[in-house]
Amino acid sequence: MSSRPLPLDPSIAPPGTRDFRDAGGIPADRWHADQNGETLVPTHCCFCGVQCGMYLRVDRAGKVFGVEPRNHDINRMRLCPKGINAYQQVNHPDRLTAPLMRRSRDEPFREVSWEEALDFTAAEVRRIQGAHGNDAFGLLGGASLFSEKTYLVGKFARVALKTRHVDYNGRLCMVSAAGANKLAFGIDRAGNPFSDILLTDCLLIAGSNVGECFPVMTQYLWGARDRGATLIVIDPRETAIARTADIHVALKPGTDAAFFNAVLHVVIEENLVDEEFVAAHTTGWDEVRAAVADCTPETAGDICGVPASQVVQVARAFAGAGRAMAWHARGIEHHSQGVENCLTVINLCAATGNLGRPGAGYGTITGQGNGQGGREHGQKSDLLPGGRSISNPEHRRQICEIWGIEETELPPAGTSMMEMVWQMQRHEIRGLIGICNNPFVSLPNYTTVKSGYDALEFHAQFDFFLSETAANAHVVLPVTTWAEDEGVMANAEARVVKHNKAQEPPAGVRTDTWVMCQLAQRLGAGAKFAYQGSRDVFEELRLASAGTVNDYYGITYERLEETGGIAWPCPSTDHPGTPRLFEDGRTAHPDGKIHMQVVEWHPPMDPYDEDHPMSLTTGRTVAHFLSGNQTRRLGALVEQTPRPWVEVHPSHGFRNGDPVRVVTRRGSEVFPALVTAAIRPDTVFIPYHWPVPTAANALTIDALDPRSKIPEYKVCACRIEAAERVDEVPAPPVAPGHVAYPAAQVSRTDPLPPTAPQGRGTAERS
Amino acid sequence: MMGRTIFIDPGRCIGCQACVSACRECDSHRGKSMIHLDYPDEGHSVASLPTVCMHCEDPVAPCAEVCPADAILVTADGVVQQADTTRCIGCANCVNACPFGVPKIDLQAKLQMKCNLCYDRTSYGLAPMCATVCPTGALFYGTVDELRAERPGVQVADSFTFGDVVVSTGVAMVVPADKVQWPVPGGLPIVEVNGRAVDQADSDRGGGRRAGGMDGTR
Ligand code: SF4
Ligand code: SF4
Repeated sequence: MSSRPLPLDPSIAPPGTRDFRDAGGIPADRWHADQNGETLVPTHCCFCGVQCGMYLRVDRAGKVFGVEPRNHDINRMRLCPKGINAYQQVNHPDRLTAPLMRRSRDEPFREVSWEEALDFTAAEVRRIQGAHGNDAFGLLGGASLFSEKTYLVGKFARVALKTRHVDYNGRLCMVSAAGANKLAFGIDRAGNPFSDILLTDCLLIAGSNVGECFPVMTQYLWGARDRGATLIVIDPRETAIARTADIHVALKPGTDAAFFNAVLHVVIEENLVDEEFVAAHTTGWDEVRAAVADCTPETAGDICGVPASQVVQVARAFAGAGRAMAWHARGIEHHSQGVENCLTVINLCAATGNLGRPGAGYGTITGQGNGQGGREHGQKSDLLPGGRSISNPEHRRQICEIWGIEETELPPAGTSMMEMVWQMQRHEIRGLIGICNNPFVSLPNYTTVKSGYDALEFHAQFDFFLSETAANAHVVLPVTTWAEDEGVMANAEARVVKHNKAQEPPAGVRTDTWVMCQLAQRLGAGAKFAYQGSRDVFEELRLASAGTVNDYYGITYERLEETGGIAWPCPSTDHPGTPRLFEDGRTAHPDGKIHMQVVEWHPPMDPYDEDHPMSLTTGRTVAHFLSGNQTRRLGALVEQTPRPWVEVHPSHGFRNGDPVRVVTRRGSEVFPALVTAAIRPDTVFIPYHWPVPTAANALTIDALDPRSKIPEYKVCACRIEAAERVDEVPAPPVAPGHVAYPAAQVSRTDPLPPTAPQGRGTAERS
Repeated sequence: MMGRTIFIDPGRCIGCQACVSACRECDSHRGKSMIHLDYPDEGHSVASLPTVCMHCEDPVAPCAEVCPADAILVTADGVVQQADTTRCIGCANCVNACPFGVPKIDLQAKLQMKCNLCYDRTSYGLAPMCATVCPTGALFYGTVDELRAERPGVQVADSFTFGDVVVSTGVAMVVPADKVQWPVPGGLPIVEVNGRAVDQADSDRGGGRRAGGMDGTR
């Protein structure tokens, strides 16, 4: 066990980095915000699941114009480039400021009044449902919405649209981890707060490129390392954190379960099991022990393409540490075996007694800002508010009582986001409203997605920019950014934080809450949607979650403003919240036990053959967020990473910038090569933030995990070949009546020559 | 002497360019970043390395020394300022003189621009924007004692060799104790860290005479 003192107190800013607000003593002639008539609005970043605290700078005219770091104990003033540039989208010239409408996709959009857009949308809902039944209309929400809005999406679908078909884009994010956590612990969230990372002796990061996807979390990783903790990174690529890890296991994509089963095998062989903990706190151990008996390091080494000795090393480092933690993200979750991959990690934590203690436990790092909170209150097809199951009669009764409807009126569970697209292809779903999502870029197998959406008779999309998906719609409804409304999000630690309103929305823009309430009124459910704003919805959400596993009852806006965040469950207004789970040794299952699960590794769904011998894997870059609808319009971020690339190992003979065609069974596209020894020779990597013709998701497979229904983004079979020239990245679509972002602002220094290799090589140039 | 300074720790840098974006947001060069991010071993490693102005002390900042217009001022607390726009003639002497490749010339305005340690912030007790936001602490602002409180046993260097010339800097570089044979910016080997001789076996490029010793009293 490490003996060094704790170096980082996450509640104290690093030396010298005082919060602008607390600095004081700045004379009146300086640029001090208050002196210039500016105000600083405390809020959080709109992007990833870290939810860094920040101030938005607001000028005398009430407009957001800048950002200041904020000493919130999640991020201690740190921000990544996305967070720093986020404010630029608030008053961006591409903002949609009037509803757009057309009666058929052959017509151009025209700007219309809210009345006309809402009346047309409601009429289309009634027409489609009248002819084909309520379930012929679907709703897809998003995990970047505030929790109030995600609650409303679930209620709007079931009470106003009366359809079973509601799901959300968190389905593409961390539902595998959610499924595994629910199976093993009966509760769906990370077990420990970020600050526990500083206390651990061994930190295992599986399938998470923390440096690019959650940069601000690295301070916790490095803090642990400063104390002497062993850092283990499991990733096919040598990422920035893998570069400095004590053990980097560069396994073949899609082999994680085989690896972790073998690690558990070694833990058992070497008598490193915490027998006392297993006996007291788990069920299913005998079955799991028997199932990994054959999973030797040698077998796993062959499957994973790594030395067997690494399996042994990892087992000894993890099980031999006094306190060990495992954190994972999409790298092990985006698989047809995503839930099972997570379960193998949980089995390892449970067998070694690493749960429920400071510095010992597990966590999944949510991708989207509200990836955690976004599914807790009924936006997911099988869930009701408070994480209740829509198939459980008692849970149904409780929610119907709160919503004031008959139980017979509450639809059953629907299908997942990808399955809904297949239903669109089959005309089972004929109308769709999308809120805060961009499936044309974010779903796998673009051709299928496009044909599904093209088959819709009616498609409406809420957004603040004209995304690739919105450009396909009949009606586009311009809604607010995160800076123009208030609401809560739950970050990767399940800490609920409050976002504050920094400016009034532009004229013509409405909140998603207002739009849903207006539509509900037109659909005859107005009385059940009589909300004045987020606060009203949050009060109902608190009640609707009371007494459940996801209890928010004790959380109020006032408490969040005072404390800077409260982790659920928080059952009463004097309860401090629950940053760390299982401290009393009990899980949320009725028996209080960890239910360990047997996992048998199976190969990825897209088979390798002579034509497709290599693995394609995909992921994020630090400068862009998800489908890029927001970040691909922000000058500094565009300049940092203007276009995607394909990472290939030097053994393939390409030079940096060479056009490389990547071919899968779904299609082929040409990217500039980024030649690097930091990737396995049998694997290529493409970042996924761009639309066709440089969309990684035109190549990925739409195979789903049978339990979580998450797509297998992280592995499919491919081949690479030399090509003539790279495919061009199209500019983001711009709505009629709006100017494109001026070229001068898109690139504040010289743009890169079109043939230059992209990615990590695109440093600031003078 | 500066009470506080920036420490650069390349071992932590993840190449995220938050520092570059933050520098653009700071009020002294609004819209322009004064940070260089280099990828020294591209193709083999994802390693990255930020360069801010090193605020050279001895000999007096080479950029200031060569400026024919006396436009680059060094403040009493050791901060090498951006060229005074009323004096700068845009001749780029400073660009050529700087051993770390820091000053830039705005060709249109014919003016020099460089990092001035966020003088508007640091002179009032705040940290520079880059070091404030750097998510990993690769850029750290504080005293050497504060750095060591967070990172026990860390070694730092504030002198760099360029041929026969030794430049002492106001900004310091973290040099991991077990990896001191690696060169620091300037491209030349360190032969001594904190008074301790460093094995030269790995470095045949020669020329280095000494590397710095920060004793925490700066
Ligand atoms: S994207 Fe994530 S890491 Fe970056 S500033 Fe926003 S919340 Fe923090
Ligand atoms: S912000 Fe920090 S980690 Fe990111 S590139 Fe700059 S120095 Fe490196």
